[in-house]
Amino acid sequence: MSLFNNFLFIGLPYAALVVFLIGTIYMYRSAKFKFSSLSSEFLEAKSLFWGSVPFHWGIIFLFFGHLIGLLIPGAVLAWNSVPLRMVVIEVTAFAFGISAFIGLINLIIRRKTNRRIWTVTSKMDLLVEILLLVEIFLGLWIAYEFRWGSSWFAAVLSPYIVSIFTLNPDISAAANLHWVIQAHIALAFVILLLIPFSRLVHLLVYPLHYLWRPYQRVIWYWGRKKVRDSNGTWSVSKAKNN
Amino acid sequence: MDVRAQISMVFHLDKCIGCHTCSIACKNIWTDRKGAEYMWWNNVETKPGTGYPTKWEDQSVYKGGWKKNFTGEISLRGSGKYKGLLNIFHNPHLPVIDDYYEPWTYKYTDLIESPEGDDQPTARPISLITGEPIDIKAGPNWDDDLSGTPDYARNDPNLASLSPAERDAMFQLERMAFFYLPRICNHCLNPACVASCPSGAIYKRGEDGVVLINQKVCRAWRMCVTACPYKKSYYNWHTGKSEKCILCYPRLEAGLAPACMHSCVGRIRYLGILLYDADKIKDAASANDDELISKQMNLILDPFDPEVIKDAKSNGVADTTINAAQYSPVYKFVKSWGLALPLHPEFRTLPMLFYVPPLLPVMASVTEQSKEQTEKFDSIAKVWNDKWLYDTSTEELWQNVERARFPLKYMANLLTGGDENSIKSVLKKLMAVRIHRRRVTVGDVSNQKADKVLSDVNLSSEMADAIYYLTSLAKFDDRFVIPPAHREQAIEMLEYTGDTRGSAGFGFKEKPSRIS
Ligand code: SF4
Ligand code: SF4
Repeated sequence: MSLFNNFLFIGLPYAALVVFLIGTIYMYRSAKFKFSSLSSEFLEAKSLFWGSVPFHWGIIFLFFGHLIGLLIPGAVLAWNSVPLRMVVIEVTAFAFGISAFIGLINLIIRRKTNRRIWTVTSKMDLLVEILLLVEIFLGLWIAYEFRWGSSWFAAVLSPYIVSIFTLNPDISAAANLHWVIQAHIALAFVILLLIPFSRLVHLLVYPLHYLWRPYQRVIWYWGRKKVRDSNGTWSVSKAKNN
Repeated sequence: MDVRAQISMVFHLDKCIGCHTCSIACKNIWTDRKGAEYMWWNNVETKPGTGYPTKWEDQSVYKGGWKKNFTGEISLRGSGKYKGLLNIFHNPHLPVIDDYYEPWTYKYTDLIESPEGDDQPTARPISLITGEPIDIKAGPNWDDDLSGTPDYARNDPNLASLSPAERDAMFQLERMAFFYLPRICNHCLNPACVASCPSGAIYKRGEDGVVLINQKVCRAWRMCVTACPYKKSYYNWHTGKSEKCILCYPRLEAGLAPACMHSCVGRIRYLGILLYDADKIKDAASANDDELISKQMNLILDPFDPEVIKDAKSNGVADTTINAAQYSPVYKFVKSWGLALPLHPEFRTLPMLFYVPPLLPVMASVTEQSKEQTEKFDSIAKVWNDKWLYDTSTEELWQNVERARFPLKYMANLLTGGDENSIKSVLKKLMAVRIHRRRVTVGDVSNQKADKVLSDVNLSSEMADAIYYLTSLAKFDDRFVIPPAHREQAIEMLEYTGDTRGSAGFGFKEKPSRIS
């Protein structure tokens, strides 16, 4: 059992992290063309709305919820010290979970039933969607069955995940959890591992920098003025942005 | 003054015969690929008509272009920083493939592989997306030459501001008139596609103003498709990248005319350099509606002005480019003669493709009485008598333009943002050139009359001859004045095309397909 636990909570996470990091860098440098959200809205827009929108907002909320629990478990515990506040958090998170779950189901149904969408579906798309569906389902199950996760997650799991990142893995907490929770954790690392090789890469390139750049973009081959400057050298060659 | 150069174009609509050679030339080179079958970077539509994609001009549906806010600033209508990022999971204004048409082919093998039977085998249409048999509902140029039901022409968004009587008049069958509108990307000065791209994949080339999409940076956020009011940015559903007209930049860099222009049968197309003042772009794009055209014309600079030349040089514009600007046919049409107008200036992208409005539909038919029509009807050939239909008599000099059969309002909605006077002044000039040339070639117009016509529109007879020459007789090198790419820079261009500037249209290093 401990061998299996070691694999699940030490081997897999590190493998996933390494593959994710190296894979992302490698793909970004060698196959940048594949960094795309591969949107299929152009082929079918109506039912996409009922899938994509609830799924994405749901999953984004859940992602940041987990992240906060990981990064500042103390704050979460402090917040949860008032039961009402804890209930509010839990109910909200559960609602977003349901939203992501239903959205994803809609997306899968759309993918299977719409001929056009089916032709642009790859095996990887299906794998990723099914893994995500199972992951969200496990998450909802945990939230329902093992109540007040926001608290025990912060108390029990955060130290484990942090220990992974500090290269000093301590799996005692994780190893004693119920198998549903263990599956949820392991699956999360599998999904992480798949990110650089699937359409999920698009979440790494969410264009937040759009907010800061000027609207118009002009690119020059040459530093224009330098070309005309007889004192300068002609080694200026990098394209300059505006 | 920030002087920059822009490769710019003029399309002379009177000369377009609607043959679609341009579209085919473009398709063969650039869009004959999976996912791009439905794209026509160059398309020719019949006006009045709904166009491609259907009713593209109706921004209440497609939300393209810029709009002026009450503060006097302009903002993107359906995208932009906040709207764009919020709607990224589902863009409510994105046109879908059915707004264009579902591409198809025919199952030709059925013709030879069908078993013997009583009936002739047929090749059924199959979708190029799903590979399944489809019922063809629309295609490129479904309403070509006003074909199909009159509903196509009647749904033209430019008709919205016409009175019901004017509209009816336009569509009585015997009064039907139409013309062709070839369209490519306008390579705008204030491109909405560039501004809307969250990834920053779209950019304008500084040296020549060509607007390109870097295929490696595009992430399929699809905002440019919404933002371009001309619907000239297309989404490739197979590669998950947007694509658009690249103005055949590999050809331009080699000194060749773009394929659509080179192949144009009617020789309606002109291409050349314009120098413009980049400092004035913001002001011109946010001008009041009635000043949009004049301000856009204002930012185009005189390439002979020593001040302009000096500033251009200090800005790094090559001497050869300045020289090309001086010979630019586009400058002549747009600025010297004031004959060419931008398409839908009210979209505020400052399009750099200009159109000479067509005079023929305006001149068609002057008289109204049906009795007279019957008399002029050729009893055998059943065709309109030419002289009657296109009245070139000059009894009343401006009557054709004033009493145009084709409502000027319509043409104004298309080319001047609704201002009938500007369109009228262009049409009068075109008419004056005709009257002047009639004096020269036929000689049935008195000198006095012809001179009066010319002076009415502020043209000298030399100018009229020059217009005539460039319109009718111009050779290839007169129509296309392409500044040479500099050898030392050309090497740079090749070296960096793939790395820094993306490779739109230039081939792919990786297989252009979805991740599998
Ligand atoms: S016509 Fe459209 S695609 Fe072309 S530059 Fe203008 S906004 Fe961009
Ligand atoms: S090739 Fe020229 S004449 Fe023919 S449709 Fe195109 S623009 Fe018009």
